[in-house]
Amino acid sequence: MDNTIKGKVWKFGDDVDTDAILPGRYLVLTGEKELAACVMEGCDPDFSKKVKEGDILVAGKNFGCGSSREHAPISIKGAGVSAVVAESFARIFYRNSVNIGLLLIEAKGISKNVDEGDEIEIDMEEGVLKDLNNSKEFKIKPLPEFMRGIMKEGGLISYLKNHLAEIKDE
Amino acid sequence: MSMTMAEKILARAARLDETKAGNIVMADIDIAMTHDLTGPLSVKSFQKIGVDQVWDPEKIVVLFDHQVPADSLEAAQNHIFMREFVENQKITNFYDVREGVCHQVLPEKGHVVPGEVVVGSDSHTCTHGALGSFATGIGSTDMAMVFATGKLWFKVPETIKFEIEGKLGKHVYSKDVVLNIIGQIGADGANYQACEFGGETTSNMSVSDRMALCNMAIEMGGKTGLVEVDDKTINYLKGRVNKPYESFSTDEDAESLTTMYVNVTDLEPQIACPHNVDNVKPVGEVEGTPIDQIFMGSCTNGRLDDLRVAAEILKGKQVSNDVRMLVIPASREIYSQALEEGLMNIFVDSGALVCNPCCGPCLGGHVGFLGPGEVSLSTSNRNFKGRQGSSEAEVYLSSAAVAAASAIKGVITDPRK
Repeated sequence: MDNTIKGKVWKFGDDVDTDAILPGRYLVLTGEKELAACVMEGCDPDFSKKVKEGDILVAGKNFGCGSSREHAPISIKGAGVSAVVAESFARIFYRNSVNIGLLLIEAKGISKNVDEGDEIEIDMEEGVLKDLNNSKEFKIKPLPEFMRGIMKEGGLISYLKNHLAEIKDE
Repeated sequence: MSMTMAEKILARAARLDETKAGNIVMADIDIAMTHDLTGPLSVKSFQKIGVDQVWDPEKIVVLFDHQVPADSLEAAQNHIFMREFVENQKITNFYDVREGVCHQVLPEKGHVVPGEVVVGSDSHTCTHGALGSFATGIGSTDMAMVFATGKLWFKVPETIKFEIEGKLGKHVYSKDVVLNIIGQIGADGANYQACEFGGETTSNMSVSDRMALCNMAIEMGGKTGLVEVDDKTINYLKGRVNKPYESFSTDEDAESLTTMYVNVTDLEPQIACPHNVDNVKPVGEVEGTPIDQIFMGSCTNGRLDDLRVAAEILKGKQVSNDVRMLVIPASREIYSQALEEGLMNIFVDSGALVCNPCCGPCLGGHVGFLGPGEVSLSTSNRNFKGRQGSSEAEVYLSSAAVAAASAIKGVITDPRK
């Protein structure tokens, strides 16, 4: 996990649900690339064609509410999105994202102060997010330590490979 | 130490004397459920861990309910993939296309036990807390961890307890109560919390009505729904669960407990309007809205109680020519009971389509898709944009009574009139 991330912003609203991220009719798919081709289709049917490697999604509160479908964060990660920044996240989506190594960042006030197309820089070490277009800075809420450990090892599968024996004995 | 029901169950599962909200615990899982739609990803993740055998093939339930019978080549391939997994891993609790919706079949078949921890790769797994278990929806990678180790980490949640008081009026049901609560606190009003339902009104509800309450906990962001075990629960479990179990209850002075009092005496039937579950209005405000499709079913309101209510309203009447009505019993057991009681005759005679037990149009991935500009009234749990097909369609949510009364008129109708 790099300590600094820079990328172009795509803006979304409050309560973006998992059906908007990845509609139910695509749940028969399991491959990262095929899911990425449908990403955010409920919000913008052409989004998968517009989004570029390294871009960042910025949204309001309760991003990822709804279903437990891991297809949703997989489609975002598969599209090359480097991070999702929101006022808050829904619970299952949050866990799923950490488990597959998709970086989520909670930052209060972000949705009203960053515009689509802005370039933002996220410094994980300092815990600061900066909008390079308007120079506004935001504090980011760190991941809980336990989840940080999972992210550091590249997601839950790698984490399990490394710690299987100790988890089984716990 | 005083604890909530959620804290007590998680402490037991983590083999601790006590725990409190905010703690991270590694819990032993009692039942892990996956289905045809999220199962393939769970199994593929499991296969990446490098463990050959699941931790306990008797504690895993695999069930097909979302796309049954298979409606596409991809669905058929997913079914084949899951059947192979079941066979290779010697999983004993496998329900192929015939049984119905997971959140009805699991309790019916005795897999849900008070005091135990149930996880499912489906967000409405919170339904099972209606029987006093700690039940929560998880993703596919978390499920892979459970398959490999039988354990999963949890942040112990705080509890919001809804003390529901008052007598429900005619044609007002638990669905109306929970929609009203969601409308008040919002779609993230209980984010990460355990949603416990108590009070006199909950005590008077049937187990199936309590399941509808707990089912909707996720729609306010909740981690689980919970109802304390009482005589009704014990009665439901008789003949289904044949092992000893422990019942837990919330201590009134538990530190992480918040209480919200809800009086339902004058509550009207409630409608969740497009496109958010917390956009809730009393039926009077949306009466007369034209409807194209009515879906009567799902893990929220596809139970026998719901079918009885709908049949009583539809008896001797016709579904409007402007509407197509789908009736989908939540399980084979319910289907069979409804046949025996003559309910299915009423539906068929009224012009409703009766489908096999499955999730139906709820997820917009199987039968009953909505086209652009169409409007659905549904007894299910989600009305997100695009949920039942086209993103230009609209979904309203209601109780079975509103759905049946609206089917006759072809517009949203107050069943009390």
